[in-house]
Amino acid sequence: MNQQVQTNTLNNGLTILTKEIHHVPLVSHWIWYRIGSRNEVPGKTGISHWVEHMQFKGTPKYPINVLDQAISRDGGFWNALTSLDWTTYLETLPANKLDIALDLEADRMVNSNFDPQETELERTVVISEREGNENEPLFRLSEAVNALGFKAHPYRNQVIGFRKDLETITREQLYGHYKQHYSPNNAVIALAGDFDTPTVLRRIEELYGDIPARDNNTFIPEPEGALEGSHRVDMEGPGDTVYLQVSYRSPAARDADFFALMVLDSLLTGPSSLDMFGGGSISNKTSRLYQLLVERDKVVSISGGLQATKDPYLYDILAILPPGQPEEEVLQVIDDEIKRLQDIEVPAEEIQRAIKQAKALFAYGSENITNQAFWLGYSSMFADPNWFNQYIPNLEKVDAGQLMQTARKYLNREQRIVGIYHPKENGK
Amino acid sequence: MATNNINWNNLPGPESIQRATLANGITILSYKNANVSSVYMVGLLNSGSNLDPQDKLGLAHFTASMLSRGTLNHGFKEFHEELENRGASLSFSCGANNTWFRGRSLAEDLETLLLLSAESLRQPAFRPEYFERMRAQLLAGLAIREQDTGEVASLLFDQYLFPDHPYGLPTDGYPETIQRISVEDLQQFHRQYYSPKDMVLVVVGDVDSRQVKDLAQKYFSDWENSSAQPQPALIIPDPPQGLVRKHRYLEDKSQADLIMGTRGPQRTSADYLPVYLGNNILGQFGLMGRIGESVRTRSGLAYYASSSVTSWTDSGSWEFSAGTSGENLQKTIELIREEIRKYVSSAVSAEELDDSQSNLVGRLPLSLESNAGLANAILTMERFDLGLDYYQRYAQTIRAITPENILNASRNYLDPDRLIIASSGPGDDIL
Repeated sequence: MNQQVQTNTLNNGLTILTKEIHHVPLVSHWIWYRIGSRNEVPGKTGISHWVEHMQFKGTPKYPINVLDQAISRDGGFWNALTSLDWTTYLETLPANKLDIALDLEADRMVNSNFDPQETELERTVVISEREGNENEPLFRLSEAVNALGFKAHPYRNQVIGFRKDLETITREQLYGHYKQHYSPNNAVIALAGDFDTPTVLRRIEELYGDIPARDNNTFIPEPEGALEGSHRVDMEGPGDTVYLQVSYRSPAARDADFFALMVLDSLLTGPSSLDMFGGGSISNKTSRLYQLLVERDKVVSISGGLQATKDPYLYDILAILPPGQPEEEVLQVIDDEIKRLQDIEVPAEEIQRAIKQAKALFAYGSENITNQAFWLGYSSMFADPNWFNQYIPNLEKVDAGQLMQTARKYLNREQRIVGIYHPKENGK
Repeated sequence: MATNNINWNNLPGPESIQRATLANGITILSYKNANVSSVYMVGLLNSGSNLDPQDKLGLAHFTASMLSRGTLNHGFKEFHEELENRGASLSFSCGANNTWFRGRSLAEDLETLLLLSAESLRQPAFRPEYFERMRAQLLAGLAIREQDTGEVASLLFDQYLFPDHPYGLPTDGYPETIQRISVEDLQQFHRQYYSPKDMVLVVVGDVDSRQVKDLAQKYFSDWENSSAQPQPALIIPDPPQGLVRKHRYLEDKSQADLIMGTRGPQRTSADYLPVYLGNNILGQFGLMGRIGESVRTRSGLAYYASSSVTSWTDSGSWEFSAGTSGENLQKTIELIREEIRKYVSSAVSAEELDDSQSNLVGRLPLSLESNAGLANAILTMERFDLGLDYYQRYAQTIRAITPENILNASRNYLDPDRLIIASSGPGDDIL
């Protein structure tokens, strides 16, 4: 029913990944650029994300309204995301409207206006987006924890950027960032859905063939290894809720340890997928930390967060505590359980269960075409398309010995960051 | 034409949706989607928060939340092992009119979903230990809500749009009302209002309708509740008669969330589709319609600004929302009012109408792509009695709507001088 993924590359370096799926008359088209907050230098944090916003401001061929109308009037949806390692633009449309997406993305790879007035209007929009984030205690906590998680690597910064940079970045800097990083050799097109691969490849060659490759001269940071020592940050804010975040260094997605840490996370805080567009979730009520913490009234919720990244990042455990619960006691339970993972082999059936859960999540995530196309390009940003095909087989390879080693290597109380958001003493 | 390659008869309809009713009143709908290896289930009962006593607001929600905390046959951990070991999920939620249940599993595990749903709905254990734990979790949720500018603005908006009506009250209650609720209250609520009569169950995925019906029969057909009580009919208050401005200050917030608007049509009203289509032009199409164009694109005032219509069997609401800094709040309100004024003063253009008609029709395959999308669409047809051919007729119905239909229908609700305007964030209280 569904064909294998095909990879093709144009002479200018543009990579095209295609997967035909014919059961619904839809197609999802993504273009990924290898540029994200990871590649930003001090004073320009948030620039990749702001450029992404500017890509919705039009080109001479597709002025703002025309661009928007072209996609939306046929029932398509479009969006864009900027993350640590990448920026991506997507359109999911009725199958017979694919050409709009192909043409528009080829056009805005080179021809975006970056009109000075539009740039200023967007400055306040981006600052407003940051202010919305600042309203959330968890954003503020994460910003403080990440700043301690890296000495110099830009993963220490939030993708949205610092306010002072958002206030000072200029139109020329934005346009320069765009011109420098948006080129065929720095991009991957991912397509899934109801189309004919040879026809689409011909069209892509037609649209992109003449766009030259360029030296992107992208800033590539030095990956940072193990955390040195343990750190703690305490914050205060209004409300009655205590948030506790414990963060450890996580391996890069290409590292074989990544899959072992995915299984450890599943055992500790419950199964989760890397899907960003649809799929389903499985509850975590039988996970080890839920049983030890929620079921014993020490926390009201527990979750884990592991991201697939190019360089080593942070693995987080996040708990919400009821009023009056000492956080030291919660930390001790987390430490004791991690110690058990370091000292005692996980029974084979518990590993099998985690694999079964991962497979179910994988099946749910394959229900929609947008998520399938997402995966093709996404895995190319930190590894290669094959990473996605090997995701379940790699999880299946994880054994008890590897789990123990991985827990010892990454989840140490001597090498981590504890962040706590406390309610202010007086008042709400 | 955007739709020239879509075969409308392939959309779910009377030929492909199997519908059956059990003797006790449960309606079962199923639809086979053989393109996937999973199943999705959604169902509802008429036990919503509109049945909450005033002093125990949050009772229906508390009751629904406890359904997955163990049954007479399965303790909490066993219950969740049954699900999680299979990679399945089952959850319960509560709205103003209904208790909802939703589940997902690999197709081979559908029976587990139905067995556990039936146990949860029919024989929840309400064990005291889990009751107190849930109370603590609910209170923690309310404490987070208290600090969330969007949630606080939404509570204020509802309160003034539906004064003295359950739609104006929070489904999850207030800390003091949650403190008043006892296990006996839950047991009594369950006895009085959980009943197979009017229950609807929809299953979509790689399963045959015969199998769905057999399993539903096996686990639900002997459910009776003779002590169930009918829902009281409630009077919907009058819509706002002027401008009502409310703001709640929250400390340490960078941004204010704004929700303004008025009442919208009932889901079954003839006004519904013209208003829904008109709203697409006003605050949805592309980058959030005319509202997004005015507030975000032209003025750079907010990261988000849009409008939405929510409709139930007996009423609805039409909401305009935006997130903006404290100093831009008033300007944003004025821009939105200006757009509303224009919208009710003259008919939308033929081009705008054509764009939005194409958008609504063209996106149908996308919304019906996944099991969950299909199941929710089928439930909507059943719940509001739209007819099982609703989506097959949809393109034609949408295409028949004129600018005048939209203007006339919208004027029945929207008036720039009669609005509830609620916000929360920086700035002094207006209460």
